[in-house]
Amino acid sequence: MKVPFSWLKEYVNITITPQELEEKLFSCGFEVEELIDLSAGISRVVVGEITHIEKQEGTEHLNLCRVDCGDYGHDLAITTGAPNIFVGACVPAALDGSTLPGGITIKKRMMRGVESNGMLCSGAELGIHDDWYPGAEVNGLLILDKTDPKVVPGADICGVVGLDDFIFDISITANRPDCQSILGIAREVAALLGEPVKMPATDYTCPGAPDAQIHVKVEAPDLCPRYLAHYVRNIRTAPSPRWMKKHLALAGLRSINNVVDITNHTLLEIGQPMHAFDLSTLAGRGICVRRAHNGEKITTLDEKEFTLTENNLVICDDEKPVALAGVMGGLNSEITPETSELLFECATFARDSIRKTSRALGQNSDSSARYEKGVDQYSTELGLARALHLIEELNCGDITTTAFDCSDGTPKTRKTVRLIPGQINAVLGITVPEAAMQDILTRLDFGVEIGADGIWTVSVPRYRDDVEDFPDLAEEIIREYGYDHIVPTFLKSAAVTTGGLNRPQKEQLKLKRLLAGQGFYESSTLAFYAMADLDALHLPADAPERQAIRILNPISEHLSVMRTLLAPSMLNVIVENLKKGNAAGRLFELSNIYRPHALPLTAQPDERLSLCLGVFGPGEDFFTMKGAMEAIAAGFDLQFRYQRAEVPYLHPGMTAAVFCDGKQVGVFGKLANEITSALKIAKDEKESQNIYLAELDYPALAECFAADYRYKPMSDFAPAKRDLALVCAEEVACGEIEATIRKASPLVVETKLFDIYRGENLGAGKKSMAFSLVLADPEKELPPDQVDRAITKILKDLQYKLNVTLR
Amino acid sequence: MQKIIEELSARVQADLAKVASSDTLAAFWQEYLSKNGKIPSLMKELRNVAAEERPAAGKIINSFKAQVAADYEAAAQRVKAAELAARNAAEAVDISLPAKTRPMGALHPITLVKNQIIDVFAGMGFSVYDGPEIEDDDHNFTRLNVPKNHPARDMQDTFYLTEELLLRTQTSNGQIRVMDSQRPPIKVLSPGRVFRSDSDATHSPMFHQMEGLVVDKGITLCDLQGMLDCLVQNLFGQDTRTRLRPSYFPFTEPSVEVDVSCFACGGKGCSLCKGTGWIEVLGGGVVNRKVLQNCNIDPDVYSGIAFGIGIERIAMLKYGINNMGLLFENDLRFLKQFQE
Repeated sequence: MKVPFSWLKEYVNITITPQELEEKLFSCGFEVEELIDLSAGISRVVVGEITHIEKQEGTEHLNLCRVDCGDYGHDLAITTGAPNIFVGACVPAALDGSTLPGGITIKKRMMRGVESNGMLCSGAELGIHDDWYPGAEVNGLLILDKTDPKVVPGADICGVVGLDDFIFDISITANRPDCQSILGIAREVAALLGEPVKMPATDYTCPGAPDAQIHVKVEAPDLCPRYLAHYVRNIRTAPSPRWMKKHLALAGLRSINNVVDITNHTLLEIGQPMHAFDLSTLAGRGICVRRAHNGEKITTLDEKEFTLTENNLVICDDEKPVALAGVMGGLNSEITPETSELLFECATFARDSIRKTSRALGQNSDSSARYEKGVDQYSTELGLARALHLIEELNCGDITTTAFDCSDGTPKTRKTVRLIPGQINAVLGITVPEAAMQDILTRLDFGVEIGADGIWTVSVPRYRDDVEDFPDLAEEIIREYGYDHIVPTFLKSAAVTTGGLNRPQKEQLKLKRLLAGQGFYESSTLAFYAMADLDALHLPADAPERQAIRILNPISEHLSVMRTLLAPSMLNVIVENLKKGNAAGRLFELSNIYRPHALPLTAQPDERLSLCLGVFGPGEDFFTMKGAMEAIAAGFDLQFRYQRAEVPYLHPGMTAAVFCDGKQVGVFGKLANEITSALKIAKDEKESQNIYLAELDYPALAECFAADYRYKPMSDFAPAKRDLALVCAEEVACGEIEATIRKASPLVVETKLFDIYRGENLGAGKKSMAFSLVLADPEKELPPDQVDRAITKILKDLQYKLNVTLR
Repeated sequence: MQKIIEELSARVQADLAKVASSDTLAAFWQEYLSKNGKIPSLMKELRNVAAEERPAAGKIINSFKAQVAADYEAAAQRVKAAELAARNAAEAVDISLPAKTRPMGALHPITLVKNQIIDVFAGMGFSVYDGPEIEDDDHNFTRLNVPKNHPARDMQDTFYLTEELLLRTQTSNGQIRVMDSQRPPIKVLSPGRVFRSDSDATHSPMFHQMEGLVVDKGITLCDLQGMLDCLVQNLFGQDTRTRLRPSYFPFTEPSVEVDVSCFACGGKGCSLCKGTGWIEVLGGGVVNRKVLQNCNIDPDVYSGIAFGIGIERIAMLKYGINNMGLLFENDLRFLKQFQE
């Protein structure tokens, strides 16, 4: 909300500086986002009276003026090329060393051999236009009005043309739509300063003849709780007076004519949007406020045609829509210089209806922006009265007694809140003196009646729709009383509770720390991506991961589906790192994925944590990832089993499914070659890329976590160690041999591969694998012959089941 | 005998002087002190000594033997020390050579800040509730006193999945879910991802918040400030102060914006605090009575305070990160800079 300081002062006596006011507003909940000094950039520009003009020799159009600049010099020579100069004219004179808007600096200099002590300025050079100061747009110098007592040689120009002003750009919270106007802010400032509000005049007379034919009705009171209309005849459109033009100019609006300006002025001053219909264009001289019929069309005054639905509120004459309610008038009923009679509309529309229509049609205006924030019925009444007063004051028509007030029945009286002061103090935690409470509420225009029983009945100003209960009043009181009165306390009345992370939360944190210990960095990625990200992983059409929830209103297609798998996010992170020249790394993310129970979505989906690991770089291989899996298993006292698996996005020969307690908990492997080849990285880098991904279903994994760790007694008996060098066919997997060994003898407590050898002496298609075994019996010392028997059994089984022989 | 010993002694001294290593030391022992060494062998010479002189001669031999043994010990010490010194010298390394490290990873700065905040409040008895990210309108808005058509819905651009389901715009949904399942006294934090359809240099469509809620008897605005003082002192240093100023959130009344005194300049005014001496860090207030009522908690018996913190904002302030995008890029050069 932009509030000009000078305009604000018309309603409140303000004796403090704009900077002081900014601070006070801030502390009571109105943050001034910017305090704009209109004179900023203008310095040493003063009123100069031209006392003598002579043509400058040797030039076409330059004149050398002698200028009286008061204390700055009574006879300064200044050259000008402006055509509209005359002796006795008072003009803005930019002196030597002065500055003008746009960072322009004026210096004394030689102009065609003559010294010029500055520059005489036009309105444009001061950054103002005709509405701001009459004559500001003429071709030439700004000729100042000598009847103004401020126009004396040497006077600062900003004070003369009204640039000695400030604009407060105030951020208004959503609960205070009543402050979206100059008057609204004036009420707050008045309360802050303890000054009365000088209300704008709202009186008027009705000399015009009524018109009984005019009729107004509201068929959708839910969307239009209040609709006021007033008939004005004998319209006399003319330019607005200077004060009104100045008000509009301060707000950044240009003046059009008195009638249109009055509606704009009322919006700015009271916060009430208004519309004026050229009554002669309304079929049947009637107004009906209703929902549009589906398919109905309207062309708004910016010549855009819209097809409407029943969700759009329209203002119609007896035949057709003539305005999109609260958003914009129709082209056909627009006010023109020929308009002779008009019907003023001043309404309260449901904010949500206006917002939806405005959004749906992509059409907005100052009016719709205001309605979206919320307009109260008090302002609707006040706005119409103020506009009619201005019609009379500016003599732009004859007001009639033909007026309409369609209401949904909302009471036109103040609502009340009953409280005892102790309730306010109980919210705040301090004791605010009752006199201070009463004073603050009264200053804010609340009515306070204190009953004999000590109960306060507080009546709420009609423009304060936000105040409903005593906590709202507690806020009113503390924001005026001062938050610096709050004394920090430390939950002194609260019961003692136990706190901290619960077990699952601790486990998650432990997992993250464990992975960090393994050299992994935690990544944090967006919860949504594109279907194309799943396509890139070659997931088949029927893959469950493709059952993804779509966002109805995504920012872009790139961020349109809730992820069902973390792998695409991880792959994107890896690609981005490669692009930045980070050639290697280990990353993980423990985040939710979203699996719908059914699509389209009917209930909250299954949000489950997924653990994704990504490893890339020349030094990494499949077994780095397997090592990370083993670290997780070790950290949580689990036994993982691995099985060859097929995953669409992983290498068919380098993929494993991870099993724990007999259930699959995830997969890992190398990124499939064809996917690596398609990554958006430099071509010559693709072939060398070594990218490994893992994705584990965290809840499945967490189910396997032991409830509690128990001490396992150490064996008192020394274990026996044996090394076996075995020869087998190339296809035989290490895991198969280990499983066979363990199955062959329950005494085997540990098997560890320590060497693989391939050589001509073994024969083609053969390899030698060397294992070290640990055998033990928790109950007794193992006698050597029992160890030997176990080894014999192991070798026999290996030979029989896998055709593995001792080397 | 005396003569023999004198001769031998001269040889012993000469050989002892030559002892410079374990090997020569062992040879010396072998030569003179071992069972068949030259000194124990002197005892055999006693046969040739007159019987009456034998005790005296024996004494002389023993005394000689003891002397040589002591000399041997001294030599052994000397050799051992010399050899240790030589070995140490040979084993010495260039300590400026690069270290052998097992690569250490790290948690994301968002996680670090989140954990730090949880630590502060865990000590005050707060538990942690992880609410759903896909939420219904009821928990995200309606029961938080943001009914349909409420102006506050415009404050937050919401991602919708269906008419009723949406991506939570705030972690405040945790307030409702906790109060539905728990009776006062309640002290809970609700951290997590939140979503707004907003994306530019200073906004990410997903970011992280931490909600805090206390519901008990006699809880006031003063308690909110006291609790938050404790938080910001933990995050930004013991001298940090808070300042409350009025604001608006539908779920709290009164609502406050909480600023902290600038920890970069101590409140004097600098570029971080834009010359004001204060930095806006979070919002909060006294829980709206309607929110308590919506959760079947009697607002005439219990009162509550709540606050919400943007984790990214705290991380940026705490670590001096000037671009929020960095927190979501996962550039390893960035991630490597953070440790617990």
